[in-house]
Amino acid sequence: MTAAAFVKNELPTKIAVKDLQFFYGDNIALKHVNMSLYANKVTALIGPSGCGKSTLLRVLNRMYDLYPHQRAEGEVLLDGNNILDPRQDLNLLRARVGMVFQKPTPFPMSIYDNIAFGIKLYERLPKSELDGRVETALRGAAIWDEVKDQLSASGLSLSGGQQQRLCIARTVAIHPEVILFDEPCSALDPISTAKVEELIDELKENYTIAIVTHNMQQAARVSEYTAFMYLGELIEFATTPQLFTSPENPRTQNYITGRFG
Amino acid sequence: MALYDSRRRTNMIGLGLCYASAAFGLGWLIIILATLLWQGFSGLSVAVFTQMTPPPGSGGGLLNAIVGSLIMTILGVCIGTPLGILAGTYMAEYGRGSKLTFVVRFINDILLSAPSIVIGLFVYEVMVARMGHFSGIAGAIALAVIVVPVVVRTTEDMLLLVPGQLREAASALGLPRSTVVSRIAYRAARAGLITGVLLAVARVSGETAPLLFTALNNQFFSADVNAPMASLPAVIFQFALSPYKQWQSLAWTGALIITLAVLVLSIVARVLGSRGASK
Repeated sequence: MTAAAFVKNELPTKIAVKDLQFFYGDNIALKHVNMSLYANKVTALIGPSGCGKSTLLRVLNRMYDLYPHQRAEGEVLLDGNNILDPRQDLNLLRARVGMVFQKPTPFPMSIYDNIAFGIKLYERLPKSELDGRVETALRGAAIWDEVKDQLSASGLSLSGGQQQRLCIARTVAIHPEVILFDEPCSALDPISTAKVEELIDELKENYTIAIVTHNMQQAARVSEYTAFMYLGELIEFATTPQLFTSPENPRTQNYITGRFG
Repeated sequence: MALYDSRRRTNMIGLGLCYASAAFGLGWLIIILATLLWQGFSGLSVAVFTQMTPPPGSGGGLLNAIVGSLIMTILGVCIGTPLGILAGTYMAEYGRGSKLTFVVRFINDILLSAPSIVIGLFVYEVMVARMGHFSGIAGAIALAVIVVPVVVRTTEDMLLLVPGQLREAASALGLPRSTVVSRIAYRAARAGLITGVLLAVARVSGETAPLLFTALNNQFFSADVNAPMASLPAVIFQFALSPYKQWQSLAWTGALIITLAVLVLSIVARVLGSRGASK
């Protein structure tokens, strides 16, 4: 990233969403959405329930493809390539665009295997190297010190906050380029939430991050860019300080001041 | 206060009925098991496991029947389980909500409650009649037909219990669908799947009617699946109806062996189930 790019405020774009429309059967959920996720930045998606923020997130790794009757129109460019192209290999896409869910979802296997499982899908590594990768991933998710003595214990035996960080470690382990967080803290207590937020802040050094959150303070804390969505439309997209201090759209103003939502 | 009293009364009556029904059901079960233990244990000896079924009037055991039952049950389960698991997997993982799934589930439910004698007759028609003789393999096929719907049902139910989020999380790592199913969903549902298979084993190990039409029976030891084969239920059926004291006693012992085997299987299923749940 050059200094000139900063001056002109032209950050490198990792994902560009262009005129995206999304349908659940006949119901339209996203209307002509245009926005960018800038490389190595955290972008927050906020808005009231049902506004389409999670839907937008699930388009970015084509998670919706698991379900019939859901379809997207428009373009989503990841490094310039349209991932909505039917020829796009979904497994490769999801290896590049990882996702962390609202509820922690450890796999029913040991803590070690939770991490190693994903790595082994893509690479054949000797045991020692695999051990190293698992440790790096767990350290990267700030959970290594808590689990290093019980790596063979079940992932389900951890607390909710630990499980969520295990899921983040699992995602980080396969070296994606983008990580999508779908309300990652809504099932966590404040202390675990603080840890996950700290983690997101560290992760942006290496990853491009999008986070859906219901919690506006959280969006303000962790993100550099914020998109406000309402009824399937992208109402306003700006830097986080600007959106929270001087929003241009009155609806954004009303939402962030708590007048509705 | 009157309202509260009447509610208390209703509660007492309801609770009393519940206890009475539970005691009634349990009572008969205890009587049956006690009779079985009483009558069966007296005939239990080493000879039961080492000697063939005897002709009337002389001593003997149940070895050929036990071996026949084992062979046909194992074969039947080995044939039926993969079919059932694969069909259940299709219904829960791939064809969820599809017309085919709906039709298969409907037919499977019918098959599940079909009288086993009908299944015996069916296999008699398509196998025994064509081959020209009764055989152990025909018996195993008949048992497999009974195993399939049980396993289909439990497989589908257990896979449907696996949270969709787990599948999404696995897909989000870039796992292909088949890996999500085989490595994540099966693992999450493992205890349930094993329980389903063991339930199927328990179910077929006591089946008599389908074997009478297919494997018939055999007084002698035979491990040849192409020949008629003895089985515990068929021997019990034959011996229990006979006028000979020794035969009747062996029938009781055979019934005890089956019951104990099913009991052990159920306990194993429970232990595996609870272990899977705690993991």
